[in-house]
Amino acid sequence: MATEGTVILDGAGVKRALTRIAHEILEKNKGVGGLVLVGIRTGGVHLAHELADRLAEIEGEKVPVGAVDITLYRDDIKGHAEHLPVGKTEIPFTLEGRIVVLVDDVLYTGRTIRAAMDALMDHGRPTSIQLAVLVDRGHRELPIRADFVGRNVPTSRTENIQVMFDAINKPTDVVLQK
Amino acid sequence: MGFKHKDIIALRDLTKEDIELLISTAESMREINSRDIKKVPTLRGKTIINLFYESSTRTRTSFEIAAKRLSADTVNISPSTSSATKGETLADTALNLLAMKPDIIVMRHAVSGSHYFLSKKIPCSIINAGDGAHEHPSQGLLDMLTIKDKFGRLDGLKVAIVGDITHSRVARSDIQGLTKMGSHVFLAGPPTMVPPGVEKLGNVTVCPTMKEAIQDADVVIMLRIQQERQGKTLMPNAREYSRYFGLNPENLKLAKPDAMVMHPGPINRGVEMSSYVVDGDQSHILKQVENGVAVRMAMLYHVCGGELAE
Repeated sequence: MATEGTVILDGAGVKRALTRIAHEILEKNKGVGGLVLVGIRTGGVHLAHELADRLAEIEGEKVPVGAVDITLYRDDIKGHAEHLPVGKTEIPFTLEGRIVVLVDDVLYTGRTIRAAMDALMDHGRPTSIQLAVLVDRGHRELPIRADFVGRNVPTSRTENIQVMFDAINKPTDVVLQK
Repeated sequence: MGFKHKDIIALRDLTKEDIELLISTAESMREINSRDIKKVPTLRGKTIINLFYESSTRTRTSFEIAAKRLSADTVNISPSTSSATKGETLADTALNLLAMKPDIIVMRHAVSGSHYFLSKKIPCSIINAGDGAHEHPSQGLLDMLTIKDKFGRLDGLKVAIVGDITHSRVARSDIQGLTKMGSHVFLAGPPTMVPPGVEKLGNVTVCPTMKEAIQDADVVIMLRIQQERQGKTLMPNAREYSRYFGLNPENLKLAKPDAMVMHPGPINRGVEMSSYVVDGDQSHILKQVENGVAVRMAMLYHVCGGELAE
């Protein structure tokens, strides 16, 4: 279901990247003890579920998955001609003393991640927050970096990166639009 | 899809899509109200003035809590402390307040349409917290959210509204909102309290008796008898009113078995509703109050971006 643009990561590539990230998460944290995944709406949530499935395959244990909507934490509300609809934040477990892996599809300016971290802090005090992204496209405006990256893609600011999902929210491919 | 209104004065002015957006935002806002830290930074630095020319506990508190949960600063002005008691006109009060650069004025006023008058005079956003017998949009929205919580939809539901329709801004907002969303509204009340021509709004049926209105209803909304607005002529006395238009466990059986009962408050127990119904299983009255905060958060959030879209 790719639109026009260059496919920079196809379905198999996305799968391999997610599998590698899952292994890296386990290696860094020495297993799934105390681990929770929180995806950023909407792409990040789908990817967080993918990662949770892989972690379960490897470790045989399902980690909790939550969703965070960062609309209310944006720093550019005034800049939007019309307000964005607010999605639901669903974190039905405590973050107190947990290791949170924040999951997003594309890392760009870092402002979304800043907003998501603020949102997480309002839900409790995690031991640590780590960041997993499928694509890092550069152009950071804040001192933020990802702990786990599927693919580094150098881009210009005029380009757009889209992670495509199918009807059942499985990632299909990653497209670079000029 | 976005919200393009600077003000929210009446549900009559909103489209079905606007109402859907406000309700869905309110559904998302609800999560904030169940957290330990009930605050998000969204409206940080915004100033909201609650200008209440009529007394109110629920609505004013609800708007104030909503504003604070979005990190806005709020100032309350109530009738006794306002310069209106010294003879200042509404327009002068508003212009003076405006000089202090508020972002939103939430106002309740006894005169229908005073918000329209004001919105032409001042550029900041205005939210109607009730104007005379005109509209009470936040109540209409929270009623719709509460109904949607139970049935998952508004389309195709039979909603009975019983009581003093003529004086009720809640009824007007409910009728405007619910009919836009596809519900069918049945009204009943003493003939002196039902405005003529209300059927012309479409999807509205006026029933001669309460029994017909609540027969097989999914939702029964009881209105408060507004003793402060009554002339002597409209109603013989509370006991007689209660016999013909009061909701009790007996006549509630006419409605669907899982029908929900709502009331905008404050309740005159024993007049429009018996205590058995108020405190019964089918009562959603406190749920309405709970949803009020989320709905008002959604309203404040959406008007704050509206100015730019004009």
